[in-house]
Amino acid sequence: MTQVEQERELQAQFDAVVARHDRIEPRDWMPEGYRKTLVRQIAQHAHSEIIGMQPEGNWITRAPSLRRKATLLAKVQDEAGHGLYLYSACETLGVSRAELTELLIEGKQKYSSIFNYPTLSYADVGTIGWLVDGAAIANQVPLCRTSYGPYGRAMIRICKEESFHQRQGFELLMTMMRGTDAQRAMVQESVDRFWWPALMMFGPPDDASPNTAQSMAWGIKRDTNDELRQKFVDMTVPQAERLGVTLPDPAIAWNAERGHYDFGEPDWEEFAAVVRGEGPCNAQRIAHRRRAHEEGAWVREAASAFAAQQAAAQQAQEVSA
Amino acid sequence: MSAAAGGVRGEWPLWEVFVRGKRGLNHVHVGSLHAADAEMAVRNARDVYTRRNEGVSIWVVKASDVTASSPDEKDPLFAPAGDKVYRHPTFYDVPADVPHM
Repeated sequence: MTQVEQERELQAQFDAVVARHDRIEPRDWMPEGYRKTLVRQIAQHAHSEIIGMQPEGNWITRAPSLRRKATLLAKVQDEAGHGLYLYSACETLGVSRAELTELLIEGKQKYSSIFNYPTLSYADVGTIGWLVDGAAIANQVPLCRTSYGPYGRAMIRICKEESFHQRQGFELLMTMMRGTDAQRAMVQESVDRFWWPALMMFGPPDDASPNTAQSMAWGIKRDTNDELRQKFVDMTVPQAERLGVTLPDPAIAWNAERGHYDFGEPDWEEFAAVVRGEGPCNAQRIAHRRRAHEEGAWVREAASAFAAQQAAAQQAQEVSA
Repeated sequence: MSAAAGGVRGEWPLWEVFVRGKRGLNHVHVGSLHAADAEMAVRNARDVYTRRNEGVSIWVVKASDVTASSPDEKDPLFAPAGDKVYRHPTFYDVPADVPHM
């Protein structure tokens, strides 16, 4: 068999696996474009979890009660865990962790634009749980069925944990809404700031998302950006009513004909600017991640040195025995 | 010098993590992580993979120590099992009225 024929047969096998909604596993042959797309998407996803610790981590020392503090600590720890599940999935595609960290702190790989917005009050902890994690859930549930096995398995673990994130956020906001006028105003102000950036989390509209068709053909993505955005709006509007907050979009209205809520267009220029690095916190987020990485270098080196020393001692003991 | 051999500069080696969900079940592969040595791998696995009582026991194995068959299902390694239908109970005709079978 010539190499071309061999390649054609491998491609046919790959296509058949994807067509029957089966999973591709790490040692399977896969087209180079598929591998590259997955590395980019999973890495971006992992980076988002890691950078996502910062906006909320900002409030841990100022939590209003021990209960809220324990919750927030557990949540931020989960984000770290999610990042690690995803990095380990990404590494099955032949990239190293060190490489991925490097690409993040050099600004060569992206993370979700939502984490470039600041957290200005404790209400933001609730709003992030409700809207940001809510949007993440809408995005991630279909990814549990993605065609790449390790990515799907990581998503299943993550989705199980995200539901705690969303519920604690909603509960926090409900508690504040039952409080004083000042607390209710704080919630409304927070929702006003996060609503549009949360809608942008689904990415550009379908007609401006050139990679979507290929990603769907490969079974990496299961729904388009606009489909997921609509789903999120449909789930969230009744929750906002129950909470008693106003979503900052006068265009929101039930459309009986479509069976969906109509809503306005996010400011895509703002989105593009934040993605380009011009958001309010881009530089701060990366600088913080870089500092944490650099200041941890001695710990990594010491642990390696200790492991080497232990291994050598054990070897010496075995030789003399 | 590679990290696996104890190099100071290199990346910590990769470990595959297996968790026993509860007594009576097998250890199941749950993912991987980096750690300088086996002891640290177990400790990290506890934090990364069992934050919500997902397990009662953890195994870690250095990823470089795993020997794998090719996963391709057309692999000849699995071919001998494919045509041996007589290894399955459904291959044998037994009248429906025979009890307890």
